[in-house]
Amino acid sequence: MPSEAKAVENFVEKPKTLAALRADLAEGRTRAVDLASSYYERIEKKNPRLNVYLSLTKERALKQARQVDALAAKGDPLPPLAGVPVGIKDTLVMKGAPATAGSKILEGYLPPYDATPVARLEAAGAVLLGKLNCDEFAMGSSNENSAYGPVRNPVDTERVPGGSSGGSAAAVAANLAVATLGSDTGGSIRQPASFCGVVGVLPTYGRVSRYGLIAFASSLDRVGPLAANVRDAATLLGVIAGHDAKDATSSPAPVPDFAAESDKGAEGLRIGVPAEYFAEGLDPEVRAAIEKGIAALEAAGCKVKPVSLPHTRYAIPTYYLVATAEASANLARFDGVRYGYRTPAAENLADLYKHSRDEGFGPEVKRRILLGTYALSAGYYDAYYLKAQQVRRLLAEEYLRAFAQVDAIVTPTSPVPPFKLGEKSGDPLAMYLADIYTVTASLAGICGVNVPCGTTQAGLPVGMQVLAAHLNEGTAFRVARAVEAAGL
Amino acid sequence: MTAKVTVEDVERVAELAHLELTPEENGRMLHDLNAILDYVAELNELDTAGVVPLAQVSELGDAAGASGPRADVLAPSLDRATVLAQAPETDQVFFKVPKVIER
Repeated sequence: MPSEAKAVENFVEKPKTLAALRADLAEGRTRAVDLASSYYERIEKKNPRLNVYLSLTKERALKQARQVDALAAKGDPLPPLAGVPVGIKDTLVMKGAPATAGSKILEGYLPPYDATPVARLEAAGAVLLGKLNCDEFAMGSSNENSAYGPVRNPVDTERVPGGSSGGSAAAVAANLAVATLGSDTGGSIRQPASFCGVVGVLPTYGRVSRYGLIAFASSLDRVGPLAANVRDAATLLGVIAGHDAKDATSSPAPVPDFAAESDKGAEGLRIGVPAEYFAEGLDPEVRAAIEKGIAALEAAGCKVKPVSLPHTRYAIPTYYLVATAEASANLARFDGVRYGYRTPAAENLADLYKHSRDEGFGPEVKRRILLGTYALSAGYYDAYYLKAQQVRRLLAEEYLRAFAQVDAIVTPTSPVPPFKLGEKSGDPLAMYLADIYTVTASLAGICGVNVPCGTTQAGLPVGMQVLAAHLNEGTAFRVARAVEAAGL
Repeated sequence: MTAKVTVEDVERVAELAHLELTPEENGRMLHDLNAILDYVAELNELDTAGVVPLAQVSELGDAAGASGPRADVLAPSLDRATVLAQAPETDQVFFKVPKVIER
């Protein structure tokens, strides 16, 4: 019937837990090589529709899988992520594998080294399947800014998976990887995790090395894991976290056993609910789902109380000034000289720069470079960039005060459920507002987790953002586990 | 902070950023930059006199897991051949670009 809605095309499938995979391997029920091959078969079948993977690293994956199998055959102790098939966001480099960051300007680039989080995953036994699609240079909230085409949301292929780590979230949702790495500058792990119904972790600034992360905004960029459940995400964070001499901002703080932390339960934790995150613009179905999540926390023995974060409304303007200013400096390195794309037609050096960049960058990247350059240019620096840095301090200090009263703060991750492809792509400002609940934690450097928290009536995922103070990821995991356990 | 961005501003900023925009792109960027800057002007509502700018969260102190500078020791970096292999054009020793100085 013409009036009837088209059936929703759905690719959702839950991966096995790390514990189940580990038992399968250790007890000889499966081999890592067969597991990896089965993932590649699934990718071959489903990727043409979802566009999650940009490239595959089969040779490296199977070599690692054979090594894991050799260990298992000998009965040797298996490393924590032995044989676990993972995907890597294409903003992180893997030696000899294409790294595009979703941009044409990096076409042909084969990085000569591994990013630290990638190397740590592999050292822990993980099998690296390939590189995941994302918005160009991680600039976007829908994955529609990828030069290699949008990712489709496995929950409903007419909808966006969120961004910028859209491929990382969709891969977990469709079981095209057991877990993935993403990067988050203003919400790029949490928001796609919310849209695809998976767990996504924003570690504390400095917790995970960014060595080998293609930089977007260096005072904000973080690397974090996405997984199908909170405990597995916590395990992955434990593997990739910790000091790295190759990243000057890497924190020397000791890394707790995050998975064990997450087992501690949420009873007695003080949970803050900021009214500013439940104001105008919040979709009523999202609100209802988050309120159920908060009720579940109360039922689990948490003490829920209101907290106030009055500067929240200034976070988006602050974020988009700070992030674009830093991006305009970071992206100056793409000039057609040392790597990636070079224009075929340039008579002189100035034209080489201009034409390579003009032909290599997409519209959103150009927009942000221009905005950032403008905000940093003579005569405007104080009014824009310096002002934004001052407001950034107000936002950060407001969080520090709130965390003196509560152990965690819960909010919706996104004000709306996943929207349709094309719905917001024509209006950059509307797209920026999609990040309204995630950018504050980015500016303050605190940590957070997106945990699935029910669905809308149409079955679209809703995510709760659980925020905790610097280096308190364990607390965020405990709260997220309680929400997950409620099975909303 | 409420000054309107003009076509000349967009062209000047594009020049600074080594971007060459088409006339259509110029028009689009003019519209978008004005819309975004109008929105960020909300920050003017806040009195920030005396607030120390926060450039990095490490400035928030130990609670934020701040890191110090690394030890200043010599360590090998990538070798020349490995790096040059990624470049669009080299002479095996240097990156090559179009001639800069006429003589």
